[in-house]
Amino acid sequence: MIAIIDYKAGNITSVARALQSIGESVVITDNIKELNDADRVIFPGVGAAGEAMNYLRSKKLDTWMKEWIKTGRPLMGICLGTQIILEYSEENDTKCIGLIKGATKHFPDNMNDKGGRLKIPHMGWNNLKLKRQHPVFANIPEEAEFYFVHSYYPTPSDDSVILGLTDYGISFCSVLASNNLVAMQFHPEKSGRPGLQILKNFCNWRGND
Amino acid sequence: MISKRIIPCLDVRNGRLTKGIKFEGNVDIGDPVEAAREYYEQGADEIVFYDITASADRRDIMIDVVKRVAQIIFIPFSVGGGIRNLEDMHKVILAGAEKVSVNSAAVTSPEIIAQGAQAFGRQCIVLGMDVKKVNISEKIPSGYEIVIHGGRKYTGIDALWWAKEAEKLGAGEICLNSIDADGTQNGYELNLTAMISTNVHIPVIASGGAGKPEHLAEVLTTGKADAALIASMVHYRTYTITEIKQYLQGRQIKSRMLW
Repeated sequence: MIAIIDYKAGNITSVARALQSIGESVVITDNIKELNDADRVIFPGVGAAGEAMNYLRSKKLDTWMKEWIKTGRPLMGICLGTQIILEYSEENDTKCIGLIKGATKHFPDNMNDKGGRLKIPHMGWNNLKLKRQHPVFANIPEEAEFYFVHSYYPTPSDDSVILGLTDYGISFCSVLASNNLVAMQFHPEKSGRPGLQILKNFCNWRGND
Repeated sequence: MISKRIIPCLDVRNGRLTKGIKFEGNVDIGDPVEAAREYYEQGADEIVFYDITASADRRDIMIDVVKRVAQIIFIPFSVGGGIRNLEDMHKVILAGAEKVSVNSAAVTSPEIIAQGAQAFGRQCIVLGMDVKKVNISEKIPSGYEIVIHGGRKYTGIDALWWAKEAEKLGAGEICLNSIDADGTQNGYELNLTAMISTNVHIPVIASGGAGKPEHLAEVLTTGKADAALIASMVHYRTYTITEIKQYLQGRQIKSRMLW
């Protein structure tokens, strides 16, 4: 059973529908007992860091997540769920969960490319450059693109947790991986077939790199 | 680097896909759910649904379309038409849409943009702008005026001013529709698109006038658009989305080629 952490973020039902389309059964919950019964957990997210952290703290899900990661069972972060597993986010000046050392920062203003000034949010389809192989990214062709929509991006202190990079004015960390944690800035549930492949891989992953 | 998005627009009336010219004479051209599936499989980067019925008693038909679409396509899609308040927004988001588009309601009550951005995040809120070219005047210095109610009512609002204002209020994206070009298949309004796109910091989707792949290439380069909306050219099966993307790729315009 896969549990999706329910913290009133926007895309929870989209993630559930994508998982159901590949034949997985899903529970959406903020109940710690139900979460502990799951084989693997997805931490999705659309919204703002401050409000999300307030809700997670009120349900003690921030401390629960630190316990979960010690069990060795897989955890996947998506978008905001990825940004707030770091220690701090510039969005709303928010102290975050801290599963990974580092901060989430806002894209620099006035980023340019040859077509002119780049828009923020970074909204649309973009590529990944994977630094190494990972079971959750098995059978993903190099030219695959993924759907991003965000103004902030993770900057982990330890480079070894960076699994994937994406170019948008700057080269930023778009996928993090460390032991039984994998976290991505894009939305696999909205990234067509390659996105569904990532979800499928996650459902078969035992949580080792 | 980010790809330029190709977005088919599906006008839905009473649960059926329709197409008109300059907002008039709409004819039934099929099932919107089936069309969405087909465009998803052809490589559409996003889909826009526009509910042209947009009356309260018909709203549930659209919600049902949205729910069915959300189960079969796994790319972002937005819903617009008759969105008047937070409750309307909440319904379509709950049904599975990523984004909601506000148009006339945002002109008459601009606070809906800020309220929507606050409640659902600004990435959720698309400002739909219907624009007509007019004489440059003190009131309309850009020479483009906002029209509402399907192009029938002039508002006296300058299009460039409104785009900047909507960005300040919290819109996450602008869908910019030229009423003059809509349905003509003679090409997008390039001057208008470039003017708006270079004066806001949020993405701009060009709409109105697409008839052949060259038009998309123009608006995504000269027109500075981040995405291009298409309708007739794919609804009437003159082109597939795959063919359009292959053309753009050949013109060195980055397009998502694997889905």
